[in-house]
Amino acid sequence: MATTSQPAERAAPDPFSLYEVQSAYDEMFRGPGRPRSHYRALYSRLLSLRPDELRRSKQEADLSFFNQGITFAVYGRSEGTERIFPHDLLPRIISSAEWGTIERGLTQRITALNLFLKDVYHERRILHDGIIPGEIIYTCRHFRRQMRGVKIPRDVYVSVCGTDLIRLPDGKFVVLEDNLRVPSGVSYMLTSRKVMKQIFPLLFRKCGVRPIEHYSQALLSALRSLAPEGRSSPTIVLLTPGVYNSAYFEHTYLARQMGIELVEGRDLVVHDNYVYMRTTYGLQRIDVIYRRVDDDFLDPLAFRPDSGLGAAGLFNAYRAGNVVLANALGNGVADDKAIYAYVPAIIRYYLGEDPILDNVETLLMIDDVQRRHVCDNLDKFVLKAVGESGGYGMLIGPHSTSEQRARFRERILADPRNYIAQPTLTLSTAPCFIDDEHIEPRHVDLRPYVLYGDKVTIVPGGLTRVALRKGSLVVNSSQGGGSKDTWVLQS
Amino acid sequence: MLSRVADSLYWMSRYFERADHCARVLDANYSLMLNPFKSSRELRWQRIVASLGVSAEIDGTDPQTGAMRLIGEARLLSSIVGCVTSARENASQVREQISSEMWERLNQLYHEMIQPQQHNGDSDPLRLINVFREGTYRFQGVTDSTMNHGEGWHFIQVGKYIERACGLSALLDAQFAALAGTDDLDWVALLTSCSAFEAYCKVYTADLKPSAVAEFLLLNPDFPYTVRYAVEQMHGALRVLAGISSARKTSTIERLIGKLQSWLAYTQIDEIMMRDLHPFLAGIIEQCHRLHAAMHEVYIEYPIESVFEA
Repeated sequence: MATTSQPAERAAPDPFSLYEVQSAYDEMFRGPGRPRSHYRALYSRLLSLRPDELRRSKQEADLSFFNQGITFAVYGRSEGTERIFPHDLLPRIISSAEWGTIERGLTQRITALNLFLKDVYHERRILHDGIIPGEIIYTCRHFRRQMRGVKIPRDVYVSVCGTDLIRLPDGKFVVLEDNLRVPSGVSYMLTSRKVMKQIFPLLFRKCGVRPIEHYSQALLSALRSLAPEGRSSPTIVLLTPGVYNSAYFEHTYLARQMGIELVEGRDLVVHDNYVYMRTTYGLQRIDVIYRRVDDDFLDPLAFRPDSGLGAAGLFNAYRAGNVVLANALGNGVADDKAIYAYVPAIIRYYLGEDPILDNVETLLMIDDVQRRHVCDNLDKFVLKAVGESGGYGMLIGPHSTSEQRARFRERILADPRNYIAQPTLTLSTAPCFIDDEHIEPRHVDLRPYVLYGDKVTIVPGGLTRVALRKGSLVVNSSQGGGSKDTWVLQS
Repeated sequence: MLSRVADSLYWMSRYFERADHCARVLDANYSLMLNPFKSSRELRWQRIVASLGVSAEIDGTDPQTGAMRLIGEARLLSSIVGCVTSARENASQVREQISSEMWERLNQLYHEMIQPQQHNGDSDPLRLINVFREGTYRFQGVTDSTMNHGEGWHFIQVGKYIERACGLSALLDAQFAALAGTDDLDWVALLTSCSAFEAYCKVYTADLKPSAVAEFLLLNPDFPYTVRYAVEQMHGALRVLAGISSARKTSTIERLIGKLQSWLAYTQIDEIMMRDLHPFLAGIIEQCHRLHAAMHEVYIEYPIESVFEA
């Protein structure tokens, strides 16, 4: 606290002195020194802070993350395999009107994708009507033939979805990818909010930030709504691959927040198509499994026989309707990067509406004309393998060498179904506190979490991932990305 | 509670107690081994090694090297560091079940113990033992004051005291097996290994008689580091567990612990000494092993058929 006897405080050096608004859409500034209206409160707060105050806040936040044990495991190191999740001090702010569009767009999208999954595994009308070529469905690695004709409670395939949005230079949010299998990261959204409330309590009140703390309750009630008929107080568990999984912290966090048991495959017993967990007082029947284990590993009898992460017989119990899995099996067919290109058509087909959130323009390498065009201009595109995530299996054309391009071209020609191309996109930028010194723009995306039980719930916020390396466009935590708290403002 | 969770808590606690036991024994004997008589030094060392059940791993090394290995060699599963590592591994499997304070203490202790050891000379073993023992008291303090004293905590109690009963019996056995070469210092070391020297003196004065030492460490019901006390604690915890899991058939466990408890409650030291201590001690260890197996069968790895037949 400065006392009045000291000389008047010198004007703090402008923390934005190094801030350059470039061709990307900037979340905070419409021009140099001109913040957007929903960022004004943050802007004036930052101008009033001395650099050491920001630094202290940053240290305080770091310590809080560390003490809460908010870490992720790093594969391939035997000792000290836990690291703090890198995060940035400054919140990313979304206005109420922008959020309204996102909310409507995501609701529309998850509704259509659910109908699509039901159709693909039952009547296949969309194939018969020629909207999507059957070949692209049946060649999808995540299409599960075993799911054909399996009845799913409430026809809810996607209970939890994490959709990655980016903002293009014209300011429009578009969908980069859907994660309909086992999306992760929500614990970082929840814990970083808790930390930020300790750091910027006054700013929170001043801005009118909408709360997200009810996520765990909403998830629990979505899971409960799926319980088999006649089970009035269903037993719900979270199935984790175990302590060596990179998201283990999140699994323990969510289980604790929801007050449900955290189980591993070895705790489960399947008998007569019922699933039980082994407890000290005997076997207890399980009704709903929020599973954070991939399809392939859930049941060695139905899928990969070498998996020890699931339970033998689980799939049959599921098919018999005695246990519910959330998310459903076989969802990967709807978030395949090639099928992604058809999502606008899927929305029009099932809902008769135009998509509220657009897709990124996507070229399919399975298409002869598009493939030829892309292969001749590899340096202008971003190439992605359809089944990969986490920033793996990619070629970023403009930043590649001619050898890399030649090698990638061969891979495309060998297996065209496995690749798609997208134009190089400029993600929007948001202010970040860099090197404990300056505020600089860095590229960000946004992953809101959509819950679907008896209704669609989207807590106002999400995980803003940020590419902390200057100029980088890769936001994945496995590739040097971090996170930011995301504030959605009240209207 | 999930069986796997109960098992992890039980083993976390057992490994921790095992490390603690090893630390007490080394602490009490290390300074004695600095005395000049080489023959008694070798004898004493062999006795320690035998009582800790590590003859195969440690045999043939000189006491100084052996002590260092027993404290700090991570590859040696019975070493203090080895046991702390195992305890931590078990704890990490059930992080959402133990209090965050417990995890922090255990983690902190683990990192202090595995720090690359600088060889500053002879005081090294004692310094590390002190680091460990401070950490132990902190860990046990937060366990008792920050964890819900429910089912999980009772599994922790059982693990701790079954390990203590076995460790103490083995220690007494080794000491009495080599009765011929012992002097007063050995009895002091034995009592100090159990942090029991002062408590013993309050009951029997500083008059160190083997039968009185045996009586105290075996049959005293009030001091925490005696076999009788450990068994009484196990008895209490197992009774609570049987009440919580009333659906399980716990009669075998009740019979085993009841028998063990009554041996210690109703046998007098003269009778035991008359028939020789060894069979009595071996009987206790054997009974603990049976108890462990019975618990495993009832709470952890029960055959599925048994559940569906009922």
